[in-house]
Amino acid sequence: MKKLIPFFTTLFSSVVAYADYAMPIQGNKYAAEVDSLYGFLLNVSLFSFVLVIGGMIFFVLKYKRKTDNDGTPYISHNNTLEFLWSFIPFLIFMFVFAWGWKLYYQAKAYPENAFEVHAFGRQWAWDFQYKSGRMSTGEMVVPVGKPIKLIMTSSDVLHSFFIPAFRIKQDVIPGAYTALWFEADKEGEYQVFCAEYCGKSHSTMYAKVKVVSQEEFETWLAADPMKAYDGLNLADRGLKAMKTKGCNACHYLEKDQALVGPSLYGQFGAKRNFVDGSSGVVDEAYIRESIKMPNAKKSVDYENGIMNLIPVNEKEISWIIEYIKSTSKK
Amino acid sequence: MSQPGQNYLNHEKGLWSWLTTLDHKRIGIMYMISVFTFFFIGGVFAMLMRLELFNPEPLFAAQTYNQMMTYHGAIMTFMVIIPGVPAFIGNFILPLLIGAKDVAFPRVNLLSWYCLMVGAAISFATLFFAGVDTGWTFYTPYSIQTNGTVLMVLGAFVMGFSSILTGLNFIVTIHKLRAPGMDFFKMPLMVWALYSTAIIQVLATPVLAITLLLLAAEKLMGVGIFDPALGGDPVMFQHFFWFYSHPAVYIMILPAMGIVSELITTFSKKTIFGYRAIAFSSIGIAAVSFFVWGHHMFVSGQSQLAAVIFSFITMLVGVPTAIKTFNWVATLYRGSIEFRSPMLYALGFLFLFTIGGVTGIMLAVIAADVHFHDTYFVVAHFHYVMVGGTLMAIMGGVYYWLPKMFGKMYNELGAQISFLFIFCGFNITFFPQFLLGSYGMPRRYHQYLPEFTSLNQISSVGSWTIGVGFLIGLGVIVHCIKWGPKAPKNPWGGKTLEWTTDSPPIHENFETTPVVTEGPYEYGK
Repeated sequence: MKKLIPFFTTLFSSVVAYADYAMPIQGNKYAAEVDSLYGFLLNVSLFSFVLVIGGMIFFVLKYKRKTDNDGTPYISHNNTLEFLWSFIPFLIFMFVFAWGWKLYYQAKAYPENAFEVHAFGRQWAWDFQYKSGRMSTGEMVVPVGKPIKLIMTSSDVLHSFFIPAFRIKQDVIPGAYTALWFEADKEGEYQVFCAEYCGKSHSTMYAKVKVVSQEEFETWLAADPMKAYDGLNLADRGLKAMKTKGCNACHYLEKDQALVGPSLYGQFGAKRNFVDGSSGVVDEAYIRESIKMPNAKKSVDYENGIMNLIPVNEKEISWIIEYIKSTSKK
Repeated sequence: MSQPGQNYLNHEKGLWSWLTTLDHKRIGIMYMISVFTFFFIGGVFAMLMRLELFNPEPLFAAQTYNQMMTYHGAIMTFMVIIPGVPAFIGNFILPLLIGAKDVAFPRVNLLSWYCLMVGAAISFATLFFAGVDTGWTFYTPYSIQTNGTVLMVLGAFVMGFSSILTGLNFIVTIHKLRAPGMDFFKMPLMVWALYSTAIIQVLATPVLAITLLLLAAEKLMGVGIFDPALGGDPVMFQHFFWFYSHPAVYIMILPAMGIVSELITTFSKKTIFGYRAIAFSSIGIAAVSFFVWGHHMFVSGQSQLAAVIFSFITMLVGVPTAIKTFNWVATLYRGSIEFRSPMLYALGFLFLFTIGGVTGIMLAVIAADVHFHDTYFVVAHFHYVMVGGTLMAIMGGVYYWLPKMFGKMYNELGAQISFLFIFCGFNITFFPQFLLGSYGMPRRYHQYLPEFTSLNQISSVGSWTIGVGFLIGLGVIVHCIKWGPKAPKNPWGGKTLEWTTDSPPIHENFETTPVVTEGPYEYGK
């Protein structure tokens, strides 16, 4: 019961709060424009609902059956009334249609000076590439107050890039390019969801848009990503590398339990059985092969053929091996 | 001429007489049993999904949840709502409404029931292999890469024929078998609704059949139609799929609207307001429904111009839908309104369908849809239309025609309690989902961010309330069939032809062919 009160307060406040409309935070001006459109839709809908359902409730109470022989008037139709209640909704529909059209075209007009970032969807992580050669996974860093254009494709199935704070969404299609643009007004972190069902770990295919100042962005862009590993031992580097590359979308990194694929914790020296009847042991060579050629061996216990080729260099592979080793029993 | 006490239920005896029956009423009852069974199975999947979503952290494995989501969607669409009104209620009531002995092709009618059964059996067979986790939409290329798709789409393909055959049968029946004197404008509105539905069933379902065959061919032979790895276009699949599946939405809702027209007139004892407007809006909706499929694809990568055109045409569907709603409310004005369970369901339909309708307009507005698409807002919207609309109408229709089907009366109090649970539970379950969606929670997620927890928990509590409501309803129906008191010919004072014959009707429906001289709702004249 104690828990229920905050639920209903949230529910109630989100329904009545005039400026809120139960929408996520507004990350930019476009979001505010979509919200005013939604606010209009909501108010007109609420008004029509009260009119229709209020009328219904009023009539059923007022004209409740009194006797079994109640007479009712024979009212077959009324042309004026019927014209009005067809034409007025039609006008409202046309108005909101045009409003939605205008905003949609605005959202699709890519500014020529937009800063371009390539985005890739894969089961189940988002990768980003900048023109400078900087790459990232699960986090897109962009400067505030600058139009950003995403050029997107998928390496496997359909995905959809959805940033609620900017009220934009676009499907990401294998074998084709789609695009999306936004300009963030405020610094901060904004949630990205995959909105198109893409299989097992669809519901954790998250990313973040990190909006920073121009200077901070330039520093980030120019920085050597390898710098982040300074001062760490090899095993810690391995864990950091795996998190950066999104391995955790399909593998648990900090507990010995299978997710989509086998755990990358404590499995060094574990036995693997393959579909051809042979077996093997998780050692350095096996880990390297599993990263470089994910489908070379078909395991009995895990789904095969779903791991993508992920760009990892030899040094990083050795860190990953060291991490798995360090977490396994000697 | 039949003996006294004889009716279609005791006309012949034994299971075999049922499985080989050509009587539309018996086939209707067989559909009733099948649809209720499928509804129970689909409902169990729904409950399990809400159980999973009670907490943000997963309870079942992701794969398990994704399969439950797929089976829930596929069962509820292909096996419950599509056959629910036309095949089940329509089969039983259509010939009675038009004063006919049976449908035009009784053997084809039986065949369509077997198509549904065989198709359903094939679909359920996938459960014994790997199971299917593509969602009921089978979007490519994911569906090409996963197992079980071929068997599942084969099942849907066969069930599609059930729908096509029923549609064909109804079109011919309505054209050729109306009682003498019943011209098109003396037909009950339920018949208009079934007629519009039948047109969609016959014209749209073959497109689904072709699409599913292409998908199977793609998977088995690697033809390269939809698979980008072979040069195919995955978005084309969505065009094909929604070319059927959008009109299919009207296969689900139009006949439900027909039921509501019947219920509202009977329980207000008043002639329908704007008979022609309602009749033509059914046809209008059916016609326009073929040209709005792209509104499912505003963010799919289709051209901007296409999106605008689809948004515009979708607005046009809104108009006849609004007209119907206003007409129903206007019918209540100065009526003599009786609160029996079927009427409660009709009023519940108006309440929920209006919410479903206005949120439908929001989703037709492109810029708003870009945000709401593939979120819980859409889930809430279509449940308000399909459950709040169609299922409410089905339940209303079941209580309305139960006395005719079995010659027994149901327990009014039990039915009203069941309604109360379903109606309240429905709103508790699905209203919070509008908020979840507008806050940005995507659909088809088996785990979610902690900020969505409280709304999800309210929704799960609601789902249990609905579950209780339906179990009570099942009890009321079973009680009525086994122990209900005898029903008179016309318990509600209805004016349509089915109320002029015995409850339950004799095998031939009417002792003598009725002759129609006036409209279906001539109350207060």
